[in-house]
Amino acid sequence: MHGPDGFLNAATAVATGAISAGTIGASIRQARTTLTDKQIPLAGLAAAFIFAAQMFNFPVAAGTTGHLLGGTLAAILLGPSVGAIVVTIVVIVQAVAFADGGLTALGYNVLNMAIVTAFGGWAAYRLFRKIFPNSAAGVVAATGLAGGFSVVLSAAAFSVGWLFGANTPVPFDTVFGAMVGAHLLIGVGEGVISGMAVGAVLAARPDLVYGARDLDRSQLANRKALSTRTFLISGFGVVLLLAVIVSQFTADGLDGLERVAADTGITATTQESMPSIFADYATEGIGNESLSLAVAGASGAIITLLVGAGLFSAVRLQKPRDKAMV
Amino acid sequence: MGTGHAHALFLHEHSKIHYLAPEAKLAAGFLFVVAAAITPREAVWAFLLYLAALIALIRIAKLRFSFLAARLTVIIPFILFAVFLPFVSSGERIEVLGIGISLEGAWAAWNVFAKASIGASVSIVLAATTELPDLIRGMERLRVPAVMTAIAGFMIRYLELIADELGRMRVAMTARGYDPRWIWQAKPIAASAGAMFIRSYERGERVYDAMLSRGYQGSMPDLGHKRASHSDWRTAITLPLLGIIISVVALRIS
Repeated sequence: MHGPDGFLNAATAVATGAISAGTIGASIRQARTTLTDKQIPLAGLAAAFIFAAQMFNFPVAAGTTGHLLGGTLAAILLGPSVGAIVVTIVVIVQAVAFADGGLTALGYNVLNMAIVTAFGGWAAYRLFRKIFPNSAAGVVAATGLAGGFSVVLSAAAFSVGWLFGANTPVPFDTVFGAMVGAHLLIGVGEGVISGMAVGAVLAARPDLVYGARDLDRSQLANRKALSTRTFLISGFGVVLLLAVIVSQFTADGLDGLERVAADTGITATTQESMPSIFADYATEGIGNESLSLAVAGASGAIITLLVGAGLFSAVRLQKPRDKAMV
Repeated sequence: MGTGHAHALFLHEHSKIHYLAPEAKLAAGFLFVVAAAITPREAVWAFLLYLAALIALIRIAKLRFSFLAARLTVIIPFILFAVFLPFVSSGERIEVLGIGISLEGAWAAWNVFAKASIGASVSIVLAATTELPDLIRGMERLRVPAVMTAIAGFMIRYLELIADELGRMRVAMTARGYDPRWIWQAKPIAASAGAMFIRSYERGERVYDAMLSRGYQGSMPDLGHKRASHSDWRTAITLPLLGIIISVVALRIS
């Protein structure tokens, strides 16, 4: 998701730079008053973990890459302001020292990967906490769902940046469909990892988890697993919602592309040269277009849900904290 | 711990660029990339001049081109993205080797390719000639807030700490017969990640407490590291000055 130099036009780079600088500046002012001594090394550790996690890149359809983001994890461990600062530092060090993401692209990279994930993920976390019981398991489940949601949100923000500052006329909906679609899966991974990390810290050092400050000792000690039904219903709601939105955009993307192609008078020969890329989603045999879209969206949701459920059960079975590591 | 203190991106060498104060290098690199980024993409000659300037910079820094090429692989995902653009973009069509591509998309691909390569090359030279603690010190002197440089400093120390901790745990697991081969054998890895997080944190916390008790107040004391002199700034400004002149001329012409 790191944009390189020249990825979006100069006006967008400057505008997002101003937004990011303003937000991070305000976060720093807030952090100066709230950041406790113990949190600085924790922030450094979170940054190091996020840095490592972001090195694993998965290819995304449009040729760009997706990876874990970590903003929500940082926000729940450290609070949204410090969380945003932590991911910003990761993005800056990646750009300066590791050539990952452009120096002049820092504005939109920080906005998409740090600010949107930390604050958006935090908002989602607060929301999910209301659904789940006030217990350690509730915190972990809310972290997982918020983490997954934040990745999709970030991909959407990336696409909106494209809408404003694209250097080339690739239709917005194509980019949106590819980015958000691929990040649905990455979001599952992000959710599982965020939930596990918060679960591990919560078990050993609950004092370090900012997002669990409202819990008292007995609530923290209540490690009873959530009813699977609650988790599955909430998870399914999120996935279904996202899948419906994405499937609409993916469909519009194809329409938009075809419309543009028709407008500019591209002949059938050009379309023949790229059939595999633009294979029409419109399913043969199903006449009703919105019905076939719903089928596509629902099957995507089910696949995602199954993968998520599998990972979730794998995580839930183990008790990593009880084993002494050498 | 078992290894040297330099990070993998740094190349020990004695060159003018290595000796420059980090804050001057950072500012100069950033300005040069900005100049390249605002250059209109149609001005191909300008990008050739940038390339010439970069080659000169690499020669002065005594870096090998093979090293740079190997490190430039980080931008491959973006290049792939760029390759895709001519095919999905709309606009005027041209025929290349019998395949219709969008002219607008081709320019956009060139734009991303050229600017991303320049930006990445500058970052690579920066990291190869400056040790990470110096980079952080440079940021500090460029008035980056102390909260950020403190966290960045911890992040860099933790990165090696985590790698070492992971290495020791792997050795211990291997010694006890753990031989991960398939994806379903990954569970102990996941379990150790949680343990590692806590262990790394508590170790870092002890170090931090020790630092606090020795008078740490949010930034590392200045142990007489070289600050940018006037001549440092004059040397460093050469590159961005060239870049700005080229880009202003290119903007004028277009």
